[in-house]
Amino acid sequence: MAQATGALARERRYGKTQRRDRWWLEPVLVATGLGAFIAYSTVSALLGEHWAFEVGPYLSPFFEPLIRPDWLPDWFSPALFILPAPLAFRTTCYYYRRAYYRAYFMSPPACAVREPAGSYSGESRFPLVLQQLHRFALYAALVFVPVLWFGALRSYWHDGELGVGLGSVLITVNAFLLMMYTFGCHSLRHLVAGGLNCFSCSTFRQARHRAWRFVTVANEHHRLWAWTSLIGVGLTDLYIHLVANDVITDPNTWGSF
Amino acid sequence: MPQAHLRVWRGGDDGEYREYDVEYSEGMVVLDVLHLLQATAAPDMAVRWNCKAGKCGSCSAEVNGKPRLMCMTRMQLFDPYETIAIAPLKTFPLIRDLVTDVSHNYAVANGMPEFAPGPPAPDGDYRMQQIDIDRMQEFHKCIECFLCQDVCHVIRDHSDNLPNFAGPRFFVQLAQVSMHPLDEHAKGDTVSAGFGLDYCNITKCCTDVCPEGIHITDNAIIPLKERAIDERFDPIRALGRRLFGRGDGRSH
Ligand code: SF4
Ligand code: SF4
Ligand code: FES
Ligand code: FES
Repeated sequence: MAQATGALARERRYGKTQRRDRWWLEPVLVATGLGAFIAYSTVSALLGEHWAFEVGPYLSPFFEPLIRPDWLPDWFSPALFILPAPLAFRTTCYYYRRAYYRAYFMSPPACAVREPAGSYSGESRFPLVLQQLHRFALYAALVFVPVLWFGALRSYWHDGELGVGLGSVLITVNAFLLMMYTFGCHSLRHLVAGGLNCFSCSTFRQARHRAWRFVTVANEHHRLWAWTSLIGVGLTDLYIHLVANDVITDPNTWGSF
Repeated sequence: MPQAHLRVWRGGDDGEYREYDVEYSEGMVVLDVLHLLQATAAPDMAVRWNCKAGKCGSCSAEVNGKPRLMCMTRMQLFDPYETIAIAPLKTFPLIRDLVTDVSHNYAVANGMPEFAPGPPAPDGDYRMQQIDIDRMQEFHKCIECFLCQDVCHVIRDHSDNLPNFAGPRFFVQLAQVSMHPLDEHAKGDTVSAGFGLDYCNITKCCTDVCPEGIHITDNAIIPLKERAIDERFDPIRALGRRLFGRGDGRSH
């Protein structure tokens, strides 16, 4: 392949970028948003039993499904059984990769803005080559979709009585957002039918093609689902903690917990 | 008549920006204003263009630092007294003024696998279903403006990657071959390591600048990456292949 040699010679004259719009805004917002979520979720998850996470029919999504065997020491938060799956799913997600490569690794900070690193090998070497395993994180995440919906259904049932509270609504919205985020996954899109070349070749493949179309619709807004589900799960967790610790009262049909 | 204050790169690698004031009419695009400039103060300024309709892909340049087609960049986009900086594509060698040598891309094109259909049906026809080719239609819209190649940081900021990285325009072309229902390439051939798919970190600048609105990253690169993972990384698929084999290695 021909070598282009002009870029470096001109680089010094051009400076880092000629863009004069606010290209730095997006990376700053992303870095702040992701940073805030990581900080909050780490604290919330690690506090475990030291900061009540269940009340009435509500259980924080960070702890769903609740795994708390008798032998579990007090200092070990049950969230640690759950969170590795969504953590692996989100860190290897194609959208989040874009987000943090830009915001944290500045690779590149924004389009047509020079990246600071001297050399670059993308995802071709260890450790970033492990991003290729995203589909395995997807398999784990898929298990959580019904689990979270089960938690959502349970949140309408308290003391042998069917009812509804703000908490049940939040838990349901959270299950929906996480489902849409998961169902819009690029790896899922590939697995349901994207890897095929002939959709029409059998009835089963035609069915897979319909699933692919659905995943494609969710996938087109993957960034939106990524952020709404991230904010949703954080706020749901916070809300349940606040109710469980008597900071606020949950409006609901059962009276009180 | 409104007046534009332009800062245009003049000369070769050791050239410089020169400033020009040009009076232009409402409704003009950047390329029109450059033509006015050519007709007046800068008759020797080199600009490449052909169609003035966003379809030939010749007039690619960097306007205020953003890779764009100059014939599709309306002057209304800028504030009346704003200085408009116009520079040649940064990733490719400069010939003079706003004209770069994009032949690197033609060399890459020569190394790309071509569509390779099998034998036709007995009546001599090739048949395919609309649903099988729908997703490739957008790839055909590429006008080879190479704005995506220009903006891609893999080669823009690291010219040492040029020999190892085909680049977004060619990933679009690869996807077109790889997904074609009649193509007979072994799946691995269209996603092999040689194209440099794993250098792309899916940061989507190519998609952002594509004047044809091709979803380069989501619909071409990521699906190719997933196909490459099937072939080269996924241990379960590898085990499946070892246990059950896979005939001719095709993905159909
Ligand atoms: S998404 Fe990949 S190919 Fe496109 S500009 Fe970014 S690194 Fe380059
Ligand atoms: S994919 Fe888009 S940006 Fe790239 S060469 Fe084709 S039309 Fe231009
Ligand atoms: S690509 Fe985002 S979850 Fe898989
Ligand atoms: S002149 Fe043809 S695309 Fe601009």
